[in-house]
Amino acid sequence: MRQYFLDLAARLDTRMRDGEDYQCWLSAESTDFVRFNRGAIRQPGHVRQIYLTLTLFDGRRHADMTMALSGSIDADRFVLDRMVAALRSQLPDLPEDPHLLRATEVRSTGHTLPSRLPETAAMVDEVLAAARGHDMVGLLAAGPVYRGYANSFGQRNWHEAASFNFDWSLYHQRDKAVKASLAGFEWDGAALNEKFADAGRQLSILQRTPMSIPPGAYRAYLAPSALQELIGMLNWDGVSEKSIRTRQSPLCRMRDGSVALNPAVTLSEHTAGGLAPAFQGDGFIKPDRVVLIEKGRLAGSLVSPRTAKEYGIDTNGADAGESMASMELAAGTLPASRVLAELGTGVYVSNLWYLNFSDRMNGRITGMTRFATFWVEDGEIKAPLNVMRFDDSLFRLLGDKLAGLTDEREMLIDTDTYGARSTGSALLPGALVKDFVFVL
Amino acid sequence: MSTALPDSIRSLFRSLAPAVDFCSLRFVEETSEQLSVRQDVLEPPATTVDCGAMVTVVHRGGWGYAATSDLSAAGLRNAIARACRWAEASAGRSVVDYSRIDLPRPQGRYASSAPSTPIPARRELIALLMQESAACRIDPRVVDWQASVWNVSTSQLYLTADGADVEQQFRYLVPNLAVTASDGNDTQTRSLGGQYNGYCRQGGFEILEQAGFHGAGRRVAGEALELLAAPNCPSGSMDLLLMPEQMMLQIHESIGHPLELDRILGDERNFAGTSFVTLDMFGNYRYGSELLNVTYDPDRPEQYASYGWDDEGSKAERAYLIRDGLLERPLGGAISQARSGMQGVANARACSWNRPPIDRMANLNIEPGTSTLDDMIRSVERGVLMDTNLSWSIDDSRNKFQFGCEYGRLIEDGELKGMVKNPNYRGISSTFWRSLKAVGDRSTFSVMGTPFCGKGEPSQVIRVGHASPACLFANVDVFGGA
Repeated sequence: MRQYFLDLAARLDTRMRDGEDYQCWLSAESTDFVRFNRGAIRQPGHVRQIYLTLTLFDGRRHADMTMALSGSIDADRFVLDRMVAALRSQLPDLPEDPHLLRATEVRSTGHTLPSRLPETAAMVDEVLAAARGHDMVGLLAAGPVYRGYANSFGQRNWHEAASFNFDWSLYHQRDKAVKASLAGFEWDGAALNEKFADAGRQLSILQRTPMSIPPGAYRAYLAPSALQELIGMLNWDGVSEKSIRTRQSPLCRMRDGSVALNPAVTLSEHTAGGLAPAFQGDGFIKPDRVVLIEKGRLAGSLVSPRTAKEYGIDTNGADAGESMASMELAAGTLPASRVLAELGTGVYVSNLWYLNFSDRMNGRITGMTRFATFWVEDGEIKAPLNVMRFDDSLFRLLGDKLAGLTDEREMLIDTDTYGARSTGSALLPGALVKDFVFVL
Repeated sequence: MSTALPDSIRSLFRSLAPAVDFCSLRFVEETSEQLSVRQDVLEPPATTVDCGAMVTVVHRGGWGYAATSDLSAAGLRNAIARACRWAEASAGRSVVDYSRIDLPRPQGRYASSAPSTPIPARRELIALLMQESAACRIDPRVVDWQASVWNVSTSQLYLTADGADVEQQFRYLVPNLAVTASDGNDTQTRSLGGQYNGYCRQGGFEILEQAGFHGAGRRVAGEALELLAAPNCPSGSMDLLLMPEQMMLQIHESIGHPLELDRILGDERNFAGTSFVTLDMFGNYRYGSELLNVTYDPDRPEQYASYGWDDEGSKAERAYLIRDGLLERPLGGAISQARSGMQGVANARACSWNRPPIDRMANLNIEPGTSTLDDMIRSVERGVLMDTNLSWSIDDSRNKFQFGCEYGRLIEDGELKGMVKNPNYRGISSTFWRSLKAVGDRSTFSVMGTPFCGKGEPSQVIRVGHASPACLFANVDVFGGA
């Protein structure tokens, strides 16, 4: 695939006229998707897709075109020619772009992790064996993911990794379930069985009579996967410099200095520690780390090239959407082994679900508990809790209500498969909060 | 659709089709162009040409698919071989014996209605967007604004090895405009039909007229400024009058998703969630008050998700899902119907060639009632009118919801009063619809939709349509911001 991409770029090099230049971005994958329900196969299949986004520049005029390609250079070179011709015909209609910022310094990179995965069918055999006797539902995705960037200046960037991501739930009944996942670059059947055994143990607790609690404020522990949902809301125009500048980010008040989070909170976009490519769609290279919140205070933001040009500041290689792809929250000091003891009496939240802002500018967020959420008394899990709606302020939950972050963190590999398999990840601790407001 | 490609795919598929119980090919070609002007600057124009095919094989009880953007003979041959391997691998280990399901073998053609007003050239569209963008700049507190048009044409071909042949062509147009005003720590955004493209329809340039796009810049900016100056929405239990730009979301989340048969069958439990609705409720469960009538309606040519056949080849026909408040029928395609033994509708749909069909809600509408808007306002002693969805959240069984709107107006003693900002409300689906106390007539009816309904593993974002009149609900828990 890399050579194919280099061949595409070489073809484009030959198609430019005087005054024109190009950049292109390749997003491709060859993925087996196997969907399960009730411990059996629901929809197994394979998707092979190759998309190339070509940008043609003529001075400060430019336009993009994305096309699905076949993967054969003999066929696709003619598609490239048609793309160039179509874009060339568009440019005269377009005004010059005052917000255009180009990556003119050539910084080529390469990262290739060849497949060490077994045949997906063999993974499926192990999954079905492990799921025997369980009401298991989920998705196994496996195969290589490719990203490439090239431009007229000779820059070439390549990212290739073959991985798997098995994300599943074991159900007791109705909405009572345990969520689990296993992801990586090498299949580990023993780890799979261990995860199933661990989920099975939690499932036995879910078989106890569930409790309901009245709305109100409760001491709560948010497991890393739950905290990820909360922090992930900052990817909704939170850490985006454009959104801060246009007063649409909930972090505007932190930029103004009128609000700070708990000093235990240090949040970064840590590209060097994640799985996403270290280059972005306009050819800028991402720094290893961008500190966004340091000891509770807003320390930075994600600045795309376009935002940088618009506001006359430096870009830090953010994607156009200015959201985190390799989120990292610093560990705290709360021993993970003492979470239940420190929680004492309250709610243990494994997962949150369907979050949205109920008052964006005040950082107020609503959402639901989901999967294994438990009522805990005197440090002991007593019963599963029926789903509850919360509505609380991120500033308070990560501010004066934060009792501590755990000293151990969990690496969460993004399971998102909208359009393509995500390369995102998050490294997070759990959070103990003094009170978490449930409203329904 | 270019004529050469589907013809060549037809002949290739017929020549390559394997000797199995069932084999289909679904070809999709979609061209889209997005033009957007933000703060009087054209954003980089983006054209996408997506093209590929999915082969599905059923054999000896197993089912498998393979999707590829390589439409050469070699590419399709590889896809067929992969689909056969997955069918073989899943035989005897699947949720159902797929070979026992009698899938349709349709033949026919469907096309969106011809645009009554052709879409102008790109240069004219950009000029129009620039004009509306410039009109937004009415006050220094207007800090961001954007006007856009998204123009899509899609061609689909559905073939089976034993003779089915359906060709469908669609034209979609999605205008949008949003303005953000800010003062101190408060920021308010107002939009034309919602920030998530509520005015999405099939057709041509006439959709901009229908959406009120011309002249929207100044009007929407004015409303954003009014919201800045407005008080917060009050809190309490009161009457709630929802306009179509919010009703579409209310229908979508708390009727559409819970009635999807694949959710009820458990397929979505690891991701999008399950449903509080169970199979035994159909035919006897009171979903809402007697005023509630909900249809799956693929017949409105202008509506976003109208089509002739779904992606499993079932013919789309209008059906009541809820009649006079009673639950009648789920949203489930041929495979889900066979698995559940329920009669459903033709709504097995895929977002494109690279995702398999699953149960989606398509066009899901509330039928108009008999109340005028004035009737409904006059009947309210204390309440709030809300319009245009801004925030949405609902539990995985589609029961406990909390929704927020861009825009609110107080209603007191039967009269519409001043604007309120940050209007939100929450409730429980299974009781909320029973509090429906008036349904607006055709004069309050509007055809809306969204291009962004997410669901499925692997995940898919698909087009759905929701047409609704204004509706009045009693004793809803309403609240404001901060």
